[in-house]
Amino acid sequence: MRQQPFAADRAGQWEEYRQLLDTLESRGRRRPDPAPVRFPVLYRRLCADYALARARHYSPGLIAELHALVRRGYRCLYQRRPALLGPTLAFMAAGFPRTLRRHAAAFWLAAALLFLPMAIMGVACHQDGELIYSLMDSSEVTDLEALYDPANRKVGRAAQRQADTDFQMFGYYVMNNIGIGFRTFAGGLLLGLGSVIILLFNGLAIGAAAGHLTRLGFESTFWPFVSSHAPYELTAIAISGAAGLLLGQALLAPGRRTRLAALRANARDAVVLVGGAALMLLLAAVVEAFWSAGGTPAEVKYGVGAVGWILVAVYLSLAGRGDRHGA
Amino acid sequence: MFTGSPSTPFNLKSREYHPPSFRQDAGIQGQGRYFSATTDRRDETERPTNVPFATHGRARPAVVAPRDTIRLNETPEGVDLGLRPAGPTARAVALAVDGGIRLLVYLALTPLAAFAGLGAGMILIAGFLLEWFYPVVFEVWTGATPGKRALGLLVVHDDGTPVGLPASLIRNLLRVVDFLPLFYGVGLVCTLADRDFRRLGDLAAGTLVVHADNPVARPAALAAALAAQCDTAPRPPPAGLSLTAAQAILAFDERAARLSAARRIELAETLLARFPPAADGQTWPSGPAAVALVAGYASWLTRGR
Repeated sequence: MRQQPFAADRAGQWEEYRQLLDTLESRGRRRPDPAPVRFPVLYRRLCADYALARARHYSPGLIAELHALVRRGYRCLYQRRPALLGPTLAFMAAGFPRTLRRHAAAFWLAAALLFLPMAIMGVACHQDGELIYSLMDSSEVTDLEALYDPANRKVGRAAQRQADTDFQMFGYYVMNNIGIGFRTFAGGLLLGLGSVIILLFNGLAIGAAAGHLTRLGFESTFWPFVSSHAPYELTAIAISGAAGLLLGQALLAPGRRTRLAALRANARDAVVLVGGAALMLLLAAVVEAFWSAGGTPAEVKYGVGAVGWILVAVYLSLAGRGDRHGA
Repeated sequence: MFTGSPSTPFNLKSREYHPPSFRQDAGIQGQGRYFSATTDRRDETERPTNVPFATHGRARPAVVAPRDTIRLNETPEGVDLGLRPAGPTARAVALAVDGGIRLLVYLALTPLAAFAGLGAGMILIAGFLLEWFYPVVFEVWTGATPGKRALGLLVVHDDGTPVGLPASLIRNLLRVVDFLPLFYGVGLVCTLADRDFRRLGDLAAGTLVVHADNPVARPAALAAALAAQCDTAPRPPPAGLSLTAAQAILAFDERAARLSAARRIELAETLLARFPPAADGQTWPSGPAAVALVAGYASWLTRGR
């Protein structure tokens, strides 16, 4: 069949397809209404026409036009429609803890990189009052001491932030803490080194602060303040680190895959971990801003902290098990 | 009269027309082997160099290095789609546009500071969202950020499907690394080193930034060209016309309406000069007659006698 009769024969179908495509594209990724039942049929016919036009060596202009139509249709047919609430709940209920358990080794390594330096530095700074100056300069230490001065109306907030409202602090915690979580993950792309450094440095800094403040006798303000949100915040940073380590592992020890293939596969899991960690950090920010600085008795705060650790442990180790879809 | 560049039959802009190679014209087997209207790198190794149409079965050129970045992807329907990855320049401009838009949003939010704590908290949260999730939200909902859209770019998975949430999150969270050491240094080097212009985030996420190109010829212009073919009296082309030559004739005819008269004549003469001289020693016509002759051939090729 020559090109001209072919094009004349198909012109009607192509026009119908083009109009359908225009409507679908104008709706973006919202659900089309009414359902475009004719679209897949027309699209597959157009694919066949395009293949025929190429096989029969019709004119380049016609082939290019059909190709552009196929490409637009391909994008419409194979797009994924994003949904927010339902999948997020399912993700937190099962997907996130399952993925974490699959990469338990990376998690424990990241946790060790965060918590071991923290504990060692904490004990060391408690014994030696000078040691903290190896990590921070004197003005930073002064700021830190001012943060937890028992004379403060709101502990955990610097003098110039005493007047800030809880909501402002919430905004600050969201920006700062979740940002750190994301950077810990992204640093893993530098052969894992970025994540390791951020984990080590945060571990050392937190340990030093805890040891130093306890030594100064600020334990009545510092420990109640941090105890409530620590379970979520510290675990989430460790999880972000684990996600970064997964990227590093793909580059350093890709196993039987190419580095690129390993990176892609690990990044798919890592981003799940980062997503979960970000939501945990959001919870931590809520607790830290609206509860931790409040005037609740220290015993209650310790209790909330202990319950928090148990909840986190139970959630991460048990959630999503026993589902019939399997892990 | 100019001479053709070494690897094109005549001196068209390389993006616009490359005839398929002769070997690949075997029906369905050949389909999907080359890319129309733009070049396929798999073609390049087989394209004849500066030889007349009729002889290219014999003269095989040396391997020609790929010159373009078309990336082919076979769809489940069994056809090849060509994706055109966008280079660093277009992406940098898109980035600048997005930066400007973000700056405007920040400026629009400054009045919030009047509401003391609540307003300041909201500004901080908005800053966080703009910094990390501005690209994610737009890519997942509309396929590209406003800046990319302004430059006609789209973010897609490397199979050409629109980008989803996980891939978009990966590529945008890893942006921090591409930004190192200063203003996308790593990203630029990586983009220049990669065949598909991917930065590190794209490599990890399996995504591409492509030109969401529109049809080469607008349907109306094409329809006019096709109608004009029907008005021209068909002339049977010389016997043994190669496929390459036939495609060249058709491409010329479709573009003719968009060319100046002088350019039309120039191209038609160049095209005819590539045909082997007729057996009876007759020479090819020149001037407007050459254009009319090629148009007659094109008419014959598209609709027959």
